[in-house]
Amino acid sequence: MSNEALQTLINQWIPELEFTEEGVPFLTVTVPAASLHPLMHRLRNDQETCFDYLFCLTGVDWGDTLGVVYHLESTQHRHILVVKVATEDRDNPVFHTVSDIWKTACFHEREAFDFLGITFDKHPNLKRLFLTEDWKGFPLRKDYEDNINMIVK
Amino acid sequence: MEKAATTKNFKSEEYFINMGPQHPATHGVLRLLLTIDGEIIKNVAPDLGYIHRSIEKMCERDSYQQIVHLTDRMDYLSSHINNEAVCLAVENALQLEVPERVRVVRTIIGELTRIASHCLWWGVMGMDLGAFTSYFYGFRDREMINDIFEETCGARLTMNYNIPGGLMYDIHPNFVKRVKDFVAHFKTKIPEYDQLLTGNVIFQKRTKGVGVLSKEAAISFGASGPVARASGYSCDVRKHHPYSALSKVDFKEALLTAGDTFARYQVRIQELWESLSIIEQLIDHIPEGDYKVATNAVIKLPKGEYYQKVETARGELGVYIISKGTKNPYRMKFRSPGFSNLSLLNHIAVGGKIGDLVATMATLDLVIPDIDR
Repeated sequence: MSNEALQTLINQWIPELEFTEEGVPFLTVTVPAASLHPLMHRLRNDQETCFDYLFCLTGVDWGDTLGVVYHLESTQHRHILVVKVATEDRDNPVFHTVSDIWKTACFHEREAFDFLGITFDKHPNLKRLFLTEDWKGFPLRKDYEDNINMIVK
Repeated sequence: MEKAATTKNFKSEEYFINMGPQHPATHGVLRLLLTIDGEIIKNVAPDLGYIHRSIEKMCERDSYQQIVHLTDRMDYLSSHINNEAVCLAVENALQLEVPERVRVVRTIIGELTRIASHCLWWGVMGMDLGAFTSYFYGFRDREMINDIFEETCGARLTMNYNIPGGLMYDIHPNFVKRVKDFVAHFKTKIPEYDQLLTGNVIFQKRTKGVGVLSKEAAISFGASGPVARASGYSCDVRKHHPYSALSKVDFKEALLTAGDTFARYQVRIQELWESLSIIEQLIDHIPEGDYKVATNAVIKLPKGEYYQKVETARGELGVYIISKGTKNPYRMKFRSPGFSNLSLLNHIAVGGKIGDLVATMATLDLVIPDIDR
């Protein structure tokens, strides 16, 4: 499916989403946190889109907001879509998990939780993955400080 | 008077056992918390982070030239391909056209890297299952490739031969001859591999029907590389998103459908042949020309996002760069194949025996620094 067709189709499902193709390698759509899970579920299960392969899940600290970037590919149609979601709540950032849709998200979301402190609602096993349980702070956040390892803001 | 020996009153109960962090079959510092009932595995929970170096955080501090050198410390058996991934991402972002010579040399060395990695995997796979000879066979052939690398790149493992814009220096005058010698040599050795392990009845009984992964599960778990291709999932980045000189060569994607440990083994053996074929197609046609194009001493990527996929020996490596137009990336993410492939271990190991777990893990071909990054 072409980028235009994808854009039209997704706009029919959820109107007024923000799409961009400039400065990014793949068609990118930004969704509000509340629409994330329904949209992802539909992208995975709709025959026309069929995004069955989540090949990358990245937690990002944008400065003002914290967010997650999902890279999706369809193994049937071979089209690619990037979904972005962000929240301004830096103290308690929560998104719905997509690990019920793609099993690979289970590990990747734990990584994002570990390094950026993003919580994934309804995740089956949301614990620190690499760092120890008693680690203080989230190292990939831009305001993280660690004087011993000389990481300053 | 003693009672008759019977298992009637025996109780079965579950208990924990630690596999690793120091265990020969985990091939590095990986700790698996196994819940077992007798010999049967009920749960596998990986405990990661023993060698996590936070490469992604270091990237936010470093220049793009420096980042290249961090990446060969991830999957150290695919070091050249990791370097290539970052270089391609940077070159695409700068819209830099590298000379044809660079593309061809990168592809040849990439395929040599794949063969070296598979040789090591093959030797270690045999050793995991108790066959020690394969270890020496695998290392003997890998040594020849390491010698070629040493002569051209100056290093045997973490090669650092790629730089944004091309190669660090030109290939050694002996390179072409030594690669041809290796190809001729190795063609006589793969049948030996088959003789020693592939056709071995004990080996087949230990691997066939063990650790079966369906195609649907492979895709859902984000599997890639030989692990996914053994389940019938066509995912070779070299085919679907060709880079460097790969669009010019003719090769078959190794694809099987059984999805078990033996199929994963066979896929890698087939890949050895395919990599040899790619090298043969290119080695006589290395174009003359420059081995690099000049870049600015300080590389600044235009504001935006960049994504580059490559096929390492273990599967799909993704490099995701978010740039704000400065000399460092704002955020850099490595989607490593080993990380996703490890996540499916629980799925395919549960219900099997501990001995089978060792065989299954051997064909996942995990490199722990690739997972821990």
